[in-house]
Amino acid sequence: MLKLSNLSIGIKARVKAIDAKKSVDQRLMVMGLLPGMDVKVVQVAPLGDPIAIEFQGRRVSLRRAEASGVLLESVA
Amino acid sequence: MALLPSLAPEKTIRIALIGNPNTGKTTLFNNLTGLRQRVGNYPGVTVARKSGLLKLRGGNVELIDLPGAYSLSAASLDERIVVDALCGQVSGMEAPDVVACVIDASNLLRNLFLASQVAELGIPMVLILNQYDVARRKNIHIDHKLLSKRLGVPVVKTVATRQKGTEEIVEAINSVLDNPSRMEVINWPEPVKEATKMLREAVGANTKNNLSETEIHRILFDADSAILDRLGNDTGEIRLHLGQARGILFKAGFNPMAAEALLQYEHLGGLIEGIVKHSGLAKTSRTESIDHLMVHRGWGLAIFVGMMYLVFLSVYTWASPFMDFIQSGIDWFQGMAGPWFAATPMLQSLMVDGVLEGVGAFLGFLPQIMILFFFIALLEDTGYMARAAFLMDKMFSWCGLNGKSFVPLLSSYACAVPGIMATRTIEDPKARLATILIAPFMSCSARLPVYVLLIGAFIEPVYGSFYAGLALFLMHFVGLAVAIPTAFVLNKFILKTRPQPFLLELPAYRVPRLRDVAWRMFQSGEEFVRRAGTIIFAITIIVWALLYFPRPATVGEEIRQNFIESQAQFQNTNPEAVQTSLAETDSDLAKRLEYLTDSAYLEQSFMGRIGKTIQPVFDPAGFDWKITVGVLASFPAREVIISTLGVIYSLGGDVDEGTGDLREVVANAKWQEGARVGTPVYTMPVVVGILVFFALCSQCGATLAVITKEAGFRWAVLSFTFMTTLAWLGAVLCYQIGIRLI
Repeated sequence: MLKLSNLSIGIKARVKAIDAKKSVDQRLMVMGLLPGMDVKVVQVAPLGDPIAIEFQGRRVSLRRAEASGVLLESVA
Repeated sequence: MALLPSLAPEKTIRIALIGNPNTGKTTLFNNLTGLRQRVGNYPGVTVARKSGLLKLRGGNVELIDLPGAYSLSAASLDERIVVDALCGQVSGMEAPDVVACVIDASNLLRNLFLASQVAELGIPMVLILNQYDVARRKNIHIDHKLLSKRLGVPVVKTVATRQKGTEEIVEAINSVLDNPSRMEVINWPEPVKEATKMLREAVGANTKNNLSETEIHRILFDADSAILDRLGNDTGEIRLHLGQARGILFKAGFNPMAAEALLQYEHLGGLIEGIVKHSGLAKTSRTESIDHLMVHRGWGLAIFVGMMYLVFLSVYTWASPFMDFIQSGIDWFQGMAGPWFAATPMLQSLMVDGVLEGVGAFLGFLPQIMILFFFIALLEDTGYMARAAFLMDKMFSWCGLNGKSFVPLLSSYACAVPGIMATRTIEDPKARLATILIAPFMSCSARLPVYVLLIGAFIEPVYGSFYAGLALFLMHFVGLAVAIPTAFVLNKFILKTRPQPFLLELPAYRVPRLRDVAWRMFQSGEEFVRRAGTIIFAITIIVWALLYFPRPATVGEEIRQNFIESQAQFQNTNPEAVQTSLAETDSDLAKRLEYLTDSAYLEQSFMGRIGKTIQPVFDPAGFDWKITVGVLASFPAREVIISTLGVIYSLGGDVDEGTGDLREVVANAKWQEGARVGTPVYTMPVVVGILVFFALCSQCGATLAVITKEAGFRWAVLSFTFMTTLAWLGAVLCYQIGIRLI
């Protein structure tokens, strides 16, 4: 299963579902990351964590562990 | 024209300014209120409370700048304040009469989320589409008239950084006060209504609180609701009903945790359909290309280190001319005050040695604070601060902190006072508290004189300048080595910090407006002087009194007689001749007598007696009573040790760490009594012990005052106790191990 936490840098993927179990998942949705949207990892911090993602023109930084609730599907 | 007619005449009208972070809200606030603003704190928490006066047709009204928030979910302390303030739950602050919601015009849909939640509170609203110029550059067009019609509230386009649209905002607020307009609210589907109704009944039955629809929704939808915490202890029953209410949603096919975001965005998507038009293709944004360099794995780090070095260096070096200026101002005052109070020596000493000296030392921090806040405002307003936190997060996350702790800790190497004030950029209250508590361990510039004196007196003569330099360098890591495990233990066992999410928007880079940066700088300076100054003043006077009293004239007389006699004998003259040369106040002889007198008074002062009494406490570290008095007297400000030791060793108060005399005298000091009589006081284990003691001890009234202000008195007491105990342990350990090795 492809998750946002292990998406490679620069690859675009589509959000299939969001667990919405943790408050961080809720926060991501409030910030506008919803199922059906495209998302991309744009930067990885020097020590491998956290990552910076981009969706709908917004850039957000989060730790890999926090990105694990976002399930993705690849876009052809 | 009458303002809301239903209001009693004495009630002030309140307008709350809300919006997502990075929407230019603060700039707008500054434009709307100008110089007429006040900064304070919300009761019980450390979130800054800003309010100002806004001139409207009907007179002045109060404009409250609420912290930036993405939603009312109250996930962060800032958001909690927003919920409480809008619901009228902040003590001494009623719910606002109008909400002005600032929206980033480039991100209309996502910014409307907060507005839509607030709309449900039923407060009249004005929408402000800010940063409209940026949206235009991105080829985004918003039909604001149609938007206003669909939402049912006034919509204003503004460019706050260029003062555009300020009058239109005032106009819109005026019209809303005359004719309250409320934003179109979401029509929740039946299952949500049902769940809300059931939860409301449960809450109504179990508490005295009368919650609004919005607050019920917060309990229903949020993973960890702050509202439940606010209700207090009797929430067990409510939690039970909450499970049932969520069950209703679940059965109807809604994930209770995701329902709100999905339904709100669906509602908002419909509302703004056809309102936002994109023309042309979006180009690679400036932000994207800058970020490519700024957060690059290699370059990004190098730029970050370089930038931090520059900030640190500037705080360190730019401040010194200003500090010298303040010091010479204080010296001038002391020179002026001396003769005025010459008739009453006690008042003279209180003014010159107590008030002016103590308050002066405190004011000396002001340039550092203002310079640091200048840079912090600059880094935040450009958008770089979020990147710095992104780069540094991994280094701090393992001990429960996050990347935002870096700047405060680094600043604390110059001075813990601005460092602790800089923790305000950390939203998570527990990570912030942990950072506040470890910041004073960083080796600040006031420790330098102590290091220089002791290393210069004992390490350099024996081991040479290379090891002296190395020792000085290593001293800067002693505190850090203690601070990191402290943070770990604090977070794991004492604060029990839940791992905090590090969800942080990386805003678009912007050229900051100098006016906003300067504002921040002056406000932090003003606050520092006003708040912490009172505590410093009190501590200074207490320590001065302990050093000054009791002061029987007989002590001075006796010293004088003995001095005259011994000088007469030594110089083979009669006592009268000695007395004549003593009459010249600037003569060497007069000075030596003054030092001897000061020293004698100090020895029998309350502080001297306390020092002798509690010397046994420091005996395991090899400190004699003189070092003990030095340690005690330097609790308000650690650098005081130099002048105190100077007085104790009869060199006079005005010595500095470079004075060869003090180094020599200290190096030759011997035990005067007890088992170790005749042996040198300052052996290597004692010296290392003192160094470690000063590296770890909480000896700074200004820092404690700032901790009290930022975190509360309880934490200041804890910080003091913990650091001082640790310092004592460190010194004892160094001495005990040292004497066994040598």
